[in-house]
Amino acid sequence: MLTALEKQLLNDYQQEFPLTERPFLQIAQALSTREEVVIKAYQQFADQQIISRIGPVITPNHLGASALVAMAVNEEDLETVADLVSSYPNVNHNYERENAVNLWFVLMAEDESRLLNLVAEIEQRSGYTAMRLPMLADFYINLGFQLEWNDA
Amino acid sequence: MMLSLDERILLAVQNGLPICSRPYQAIADELLISEAQLLERLQALRQQGVIKRWGVIVKHRPLGYKANAMIVVNVPDERVVELGKKLSAEPVVNLCYQRPRQGERWPYNLYCMIHGKDRAMVEAHWQRLQQQCGLGDFMSEILFSRRCFKQRGAWYPGGQALHG
Repeated sequence: MLTALEKQLLNDYQQEFPLTERPFLQIAQALSTREEVVIKAYQQFADQQIISRIGPVITPNHLGASALVAMAVNEEDLETVADLVSSYPNVNHNYERENAVNLWFVLMAEDESRLLNLVAEIEQRSGYTAMRLPMLADFYINLGFQLEWNDA
Repeated sequence: MMLSLDERILLAVQNGLPICSRPYQAIADELLISEAQLLERLQALRQQGVIKRWGVIVKHRPLGYKANAMIVVNVPDERVVELGKKLSAEPVVNLCYQRPRQGERWPYNLYCMIHGKDRAMVEAHWQRLQQQCGLGDFMSEILFSRRCFKQRGAWYPGGQALHG
C-alpha cells in the first residue's frame, strides 16, 4: 500500500522533474518533508521496479531512425523469433500481442538505410516477413500517465 | 562516429539519473562538463522538444496496470490529424501516432495506446472513446499485450545500450 507522500512522488513528477542542482531537496521542500526521505522513497521505487527510471522520454527520430516493426509468426516459432529479435541491441519494447500479427517491437538504427538492412536481416534470419511501421505523425499531447488510484 | 555534446548528454541520461543528492553533478562528472552546463543543455533540449518529457517514468505493469492495449484504426487519410488530436486529448490515451497502411493485409493508419488495470477497463474505455471521438464507423482492432520479451530504454546511434 502506498502512502500519500509516495503517491505524490509517483504522480506529480512525471512531466517535470526539477532540473536544479538538488532536485530531491526541491521536491522535499514542496512536499514538506526531508530530502533523505524523498531519495529513499525513489530508491525503493527503483528497487521494486515500480519506476523504470527518472529521466527523459526522447522524441522519436531525433537521433537516427526508428520504426515500429510487426510480424505474424506461427505460435510454435514465436519464442525463437522473439529471442532472435531481442538479441539485437537496437531493439526495445519487444511484445507479443493478441493478433495474427503477434510480434511487435521498436527498432532503432543510425539512419534509414541501416534500419532497412536490419529489417531485411531479421526477415531473412527468421523466415518471416516484417511490416515496417514508422511514425508519420505524433498526435500525443503531453498529458502524462495519470495513475488511477483505487484505495477502496 | 563523432557525437555532439547534446548527443553525449542524451546517451548519459537515457537510462535515468542516479538517485542521490546531486544527480546532475554525477552525470556532469562522467561527461567532464560542469553541472551548470549540463542543466543548461537539458533545459534547452526540453524546451526544443527533443526531450518530450523529463520525469519519473512509472512502469505500468507492477502497479497493477496489467492490460496494455494497442488500438489500430483505419480512418480516412484526410481525417487522421483531426481524429488523432481528438483521441490524444483523452486522458486514458497515451501515445497516438499515424503510421503507414500496409495494403489490405493491414489497412490501419491510426495507432494509440491505452493502459488499464484489466481488459474490461480497457475495452470500456475504447467503447466510450469510439463514441466520443466519432470513430464508431471505422474498422479497428484492439491488440492486448501478452508476453513482454524485452522492455528497456532506447538505444541510440553511436552508443551501446548502457547498463546491459
